[in-house]
Amino acid sequence: MFAYLVKRAFQAIAVMFVISVVSFAIQDNLGDPLRELVGQSVSEEVREQLREELGLNDSFITQYLRFAWKALHGDLGTSYFFKEPALTVIFKKLPATLELVFGATVIIIGLSVPLGVYTAIKPNGLFSRIVMGLSIVGISVPVFLTAIAMIYLFSVELQWLPSFGRGDVVPIFGHWDTNFLTVDGWQHILLPSIALASIMLPLFVRLIRAEMMETLQSEYVKYATAKGVRPMRIYFVHALKNTLLPVITVGGVQIGTMVAYTILTETVFQWPGMGFMFLEAVNRVDTPLIVAYLIVVGFIFVVTNTIVDLIYGLVNPTINIARMGA
Amino acid sequence: MNMFMRVGAACALSLSMTLAAFGANATTVKVAYDADPVSLDPHEQLSGGTLQLSHMVFDPLVRWTQDLQFEARLATSWEQVDDTTTRFHLREGVKFHSGNEMTAADVVWTFNRLKASPDFKGIFNLFTAMNAVDDYTVDLVASEPYPLVLHTATYIFPMDSQFYTGMTDDGKDKSELVKHGDSFASRNVSGTGPFVVSEREQGVRVVFDRFADYWDTASPGNVDQVILTPIKEDPTRVAALLSGDVDFIAPVPPTDLQRVDNNNGTNLITMPGTRIITFQMNQDRNPAFKDARVRKAIDYAVNNAGIVDRIMRGFGTVAGQASPAGYLGYDESLAPRFDLDMAMSLMKDAGYEDGFSMTMMAPNNRYVNDDKIAQAVASMLAKINIKVDLQTMPKAQYWPKFDERAADMMMIGWHSDTEDSANFHQFLSHCFDADTGNGQYNSGAYCNAEADALMAASNTETDPAKRAELLQNLEGILYDEAAFIPLHWQNLAWGARDGVHVEKIVNALNFPYFGDLVVD
Repeated sequence: MFAYLVKRAFQAIAVMFVISVVSFAIQDNLGDPLRELVGQSVSEEVREQLREELGLNDSFITQYLRFAWKALHGDLGTSYFFKEPALTVIFKKLPATLELVFGATVIIIGLSVPLGVYTAIKPNGLFSRIVMGLSIVGISVPVFLTAIAMIYLFSVELQWLPSFGRGDVVPIFGHWDTNFLTVDGWQHILLPSIALASIMLPLFVRLIRAEMMETLQSEYVKYATAKGVRPMRIYFVHALKNTLLPVITVGGVQIGTMVAYTILTETVFQWPGMGFMFLEAVNRVDTPLIVAYLIVVGFIFVVTNTIVDLIYGLVNPTINIARMGA
Repeated sequence: MNMFMRVGAACALSLSMTLAAFGANATTVKVAYDADPVSLDPHEQLSGGTLQLSHMVFDPLVRWTQDLQFEARLATSWEQVDDTTTRFHLREGVKFHSGNEMTAADVVWTFNRLKASPDFKGIFNLFTAMNAVDDYTVDLVASEPYPLVLHTATYIFPMDSQFYTGMTDDGKDKSELVKHGDSFASRNVSGTGPFVVSEREQGVRVVFDRFADYWDTASPGNVDQVILTPIKEDPTRVAALLSGDVDFIAPVPPTDLQRVDNNNGTNLITMPGTRIITFQMNQDRNPAFKDARVRKAIDYAVNNAGIVDRIMRGFGTVAGQASPAGYLGYDESLAPRFDLDMAMSLMKDAGYEDGFSMTMMAPNNRYVNDDKIAQAVASMLAKINIKVDLQTMPKAQYWPKFDERAADMMMIGWHSDTEDSANFHQFLSHCFDADTGNGQYNSGAYCNAEADALMAASNTETDPAKRAELLQNLEGILYDEAAFIPLHWQNLAWGARDGVHVEKIVNALNFPYFGDLVVD
């Protein structure tokens, strides 16, 4: 177990190293940060001087070494726009994103398991058909369209829910402000969470349904039925447990993908999280922030995959992660 | 209880009642823009966002009115002392947010800081010094007779020199002007303006509270608090207004103009803007453009009225020149050109009957519908046998390409910082000169000594009538030679809830004067 975690830690470092090199290499193609820092009539001479001050005229190697040296000391550079260390900016924005992802995850888990199991048990029922039909729509409609449609329906037409932002948040500790302690906060997080969940939910319903249908055909389920075990116990205890293994694997990967979808969801809802921050940073060519974001997201990917592997071991004791060599 | 105590008690009671009433009726206006100011330092970046902020937290010496006239603000009057010196008499009894009183020393201090700002020093180039004559009088000295003294004075927002003097706790100079990175002035502010910044989370919201000691007691403004939220996405910003989550939005995207206008409870306010959208034709890259007939043919082939109508949905003013109406150089007779037959015959005369190929570049997130406009222009040019290879890209990548002059035809929009015609020519069509920076954005490499001479003459001509003639002649030359392709001036649009009277406070410069905003 310990050896496994050490191995994973080295992997994380390697991943972040590669990401930093790649993001550094592409930064020249992102555009000229100076344009976003100065007004239109500022002379080329002044811009050149600023470029020199920022160290943008140095060679790639010099710039990267300077960055790497600082990074080893915990400094990933200072955002041009926020004028604060890039990591500080990201950590300030992180709670908003995590709460959004949490909200979406609760919706996904809370709905996908019962819906997946139900549609597997009654594949030809009317309700199952409706669910499967809707899931096709959910997968095919882009998340920003879902989001805008929901804003127009629930905010503009019905005026039930607010259209943007986080609303009243309550500080818990440090930079962490939460949405979950006020009614206004709940109202604000509802639509963005549903929008974010709308991409993953259909996928999970279909996945659980497919796995469940397969499991229900297996010998041990037939045996349990013959033995007279109550159906509910068969479905939710015996069958579901074996269904969850592939679901967890896919889920782990999808949480990473969800980080990417937060970029779209947060932008549409003006949600002050790090996905929206990243899109803005790209528009402003705020390179230190872009590089720091990519490194942090790379780190999140490695951590979630590690956690998924650990949970894997818990769900299925026959898997020995220490020997998995992952 | 003696008399005094009774009066005192009555006073206290009535005061507390007034306060309670004030608390209950405090007017808050929620505003959503597409971006929030990058910094609280008014000299850090010359941009619309900075100037919008400056008009809330500071006051200029003079400001523009809706019909582009000058209005006295912190300067009460001014006069010409000699050819190059203008004397400003300052308003007395004006308090900064810190409680300090504004004097000539603050104005001089601000001027000197502007001269050192990379973004603003260009505007103040011709001014050599500002001298305090007494506590409430300053002399602004130019190196030569300059017609745009008042135009420039709209950029002088006196800062609280005592507040910005000294050292911060971590040993940095408080007056420091930093373009990138942290500074005292980018986070702390003390001006004379109608609002104080009481809370700010960058990119999320800024809260402005009415300044209790604001000097302009004659202002009709009755707003106690303004909450500014940036909402980047157009549909979300519109939805926020329609759902009543905010009271005022800008800009309203062209696709939603009708919606905001027709919706019950919201109003649309539009105004012709002053930003001209143009294409430049690079004579160095494509020899065909050296021939004025070819450039004219392109101007005749481009249906700018059609672009305004179809792509901008009427949300623009068709242009035949750079200067919008109201500017000195605007000449009514320079009408937009569109005539396909004329274009064909000009191409024939120039020997390009069979057309030619060229490259074109445009940004896709800088101006309203910029990429769609470029596509339309490309297909219009196909009708006179010009094959266009078009590339559009985000502005962050576009500007480096523009600096490289990377395509034969490139799009550029321009707003004159001085609200004056000469500025268009100086940056867009003047012969390029690396020393003076003239022609910095002239990707067409157009160069006409006669036009440049007219601009130079206008820069020292202080008689408005003569100056107008010079500038109109200049526009005339650029028109006759088709130095560039003018498309349209972008309109401005604001959306507001009923009862929020923004129509009185908006202007073509897009700096709404929130201090004067009246809400029912």
